[in-house]
Amino acid sequence: MQNSTPATQSIRSSLSNLLWTLVRYREAGISIFILLLVFVVTLRAPSFLTMDNFNDILLNISILAIVALAQTMVLITHGIDLSVSAVIGLVGMMVAFVVKQNPEMPVILAVLLGMTLGAVLGSFNGLIITRGNVPPIIATLGTLSIYRGLVFFYSQGTWINSFELPKNFKMLSKGTPLGLPNMVIIAILVALAVYYFLNHTRTGRDIYAVGTNPDAAPFAGIRKERIIFLVYVLSGLMAGLAAVLWISRFESAQTNTGAGFELQTVAASVVGGVSTAGGVGTVPGVLLGALLLGIIQNSLTLIRISPFWQLAAQGLLILIAVISDKWILSRVERTKK
Amino acid sequence: MSTHTVSESNLINEYAPKRSFLAFFQRWEWMLVGLILVDVFINMRLTPYFLDARNLSRTSSDFMEIGLMMLPMVFIIITGNIDLSVASNMGMSASFMGLLHNMGVNIWVAAGAALLLGTLGGMLNGYLVSKVKLPALVVTLGTYAFYRGLAYGFLGDQAARGYPEAFTYFGQGKVFQTLIPFSVALFLFLAVIFGLVLHRTTFGRYLFSIGNNENATNYSGIPVAKIKFIIYTLSGFMASLAGLILAARFGSTRPDNGTGLELAVITAAVLGGVDINGGKGSMLGAGLSLLLIGLMRFGMGLMNIQGQVQGIAIGMLLILSILIPSVVRSISATGKNINWRSAISALAFLLIFILFFVFFFWSRAAVIASV
Repeated sequence: MQNSTPATQSIRSSLSNLLWTLVRYREAGISIFILLLVFVVTLRAPSFLTMDNFNDILLNISILAIVALAQTMVLITHGIDLSVSAVIGLVGMMVAFVVKQNPEMPVILAVLLGMTLGAVLGSFNGLIITRGNVPPIIATLGTLSIYRGLVFFYSQGTWINSFELPKNFKMLSKGTPLGLPNMVIIAILVALAVYYFLNHTRTGRDIYAVGTNPDAAPFAGIRKERIIFLVYVLSGLMAGLAAVLWISRFESAQTNTGAGFELQTVAASVVGGVSTAGGVGTVPGVLLGALLLGIIQNSLTLIRISPFWQLAAQGLLILIAVISDKWILSRVERTKK
Repeated sequence: MSTHTVSESNLINEYAPKRSFLAFFQRWEWMLVGLILVDVFINMRLTPYFLDARNLSRTSSDFMEIGLMMLPMVFIIITGNIDLSVASNMGMSASFMGLLHNMGVNIWVAAGAALLLGTLGGMLNGYLVSKVKLPALVVTLGTYAFYRGLAYGFLGDQAARGYPEAFTYFGQGKVFQTLIPFSVALFLFLAVIFGLVLHRTTFGRYLFSIGNNENATNYSGIPVAKIKFIIYTLSGFMASLAGLILAARFGSTRPDNGTGLELAVITAAVLGGVDINGGKGSMLGAGLSLLLIGLMRFGMGLMNIQGQVQGIAIGMLLILSILIPSVVRSISATGKNINWRSAISALAFLLIFILFFVFFFWSRAAVIASV
């Protein structure tokens, strides 16, 4: 206490100001959380900080990141898309059927087919929400059970197994011609595209405008219905892409493929700082959110927590991340005053 | 005094929206009654086993877990919030009871502890929503994973079984030698109480008031935070009660019991006319929609339609129940002149729809034929 001269005091206060301004960016808050977690886990399990393990984490979160980015665009408009998991299930099954019957088909065609089918399913969501004035949570809750039911109806309960899928299709996700697995590269490209779209195109900015103030957006010349329709089509399209990657990675299409995934994508977005009230959310934040979920899952295995307790630990860490985020934000608000 | 009432009634006449004689029958509850009658009629024509009292009695208890969780969910949705964690809480409570039972604890003590744990789970949700002021969707999404995870943690890959008969009565027993299952009687009793609280008490009025305008309600001196805390706690208690009923009905507990049931609970409430944005809804409507869903699923089950495929009908009913009134409203508001643009986009959609299903059936034909 003796050395708290005015000079050191001002240094200290400017330091704490700097810290709080850093923390104000949500990405910084979650990055600190990730670094802490990495530090703690590395102490317990040194194998965590290896290139192999890092590759493993990236491979695991690629699909989550793609669908979470789609979910984010929907959440920004103050909507929600609960049907993504069923879109993954249905598109995955349909693409697997087609690929099984046409093993010579170029892989890129399967990818395009998946994206088209996903976009069609997404457009049904968009139509119900914009033309039918059905709240997004109800509309996509309904299509969640419709699409999942269609998976069973489509396959009559049968699965497509690994031996029924051609090799080049299975390598689509796992091949590493460019050093990293294809799937990770696809996820990075999707993230870059979404980043450019949300920040540097007029339509992208309109998405934020619709979410921030849905009543004022039309007065600014924004066609609100069109924007909302678009985000659901994009959500379906990206879920369709994820579906193809999913069956390529896990080498099977099952009737329950992707079940429960919708809440994981919402969790990744929310942990990444997307507000469920609309208008708020960034691509780097969501990627960090997906990374955090991936690291949690990976590290719980590495530090040998029984698999049965892992889901509980995941849920608890999500809660802690969200609560600490809220706490930091309220501290920032107070220091601003 | 008399002049006062006259002027007041004049005022009401002047400003109240015009209500026709038909308005009473335009309520959503009548629509549900109509749908139930249609469903019963169709099912009676299709299968002779539908109107069998013992079948109906057995199937009715299948929906009581959903019903018990739906009662507080109606409260929560009316305030404009949501609870995604109910089914996980149900699994957690049932698993905790199973764990204690496996350890040799008396079943009634175990059941009491499970109720306590479920209630604590509800209180945690309530605390985070009302005091920490986090969005309900986010909080209950986190506890959705957390509680289900605890269920797996408690039982692992084990199942708890071998409950005494006095306990399984709660899930399998009938009331006084009649055909009414105990769980149905319990649900009806609680539904009446929840309905009275919602429609006949100040507490119920506060719930609607929070759903219509939370800020204004708060400024009127109504303890909004406390009320939210209470309804989430109630939701936790009812979820664990549903867990006990489920364990008693199955005679065993697995940690994945009731996975995904939260969406069925929300579907039942919303189909019953409870507005997902808050402020509107009735307990009678929710009860009728549960009856409708139960009868539909029972009828489809008798016709050998898989549970997941039944979801197509339930999902379409959910969407159409909101879509049709709103489309009718918008057509009657804008008049009958449909412009070219919307006609063309409608045609385009019809085309996409047809193409999708042509592809749907074409691509599966060869594989299905080979199975």
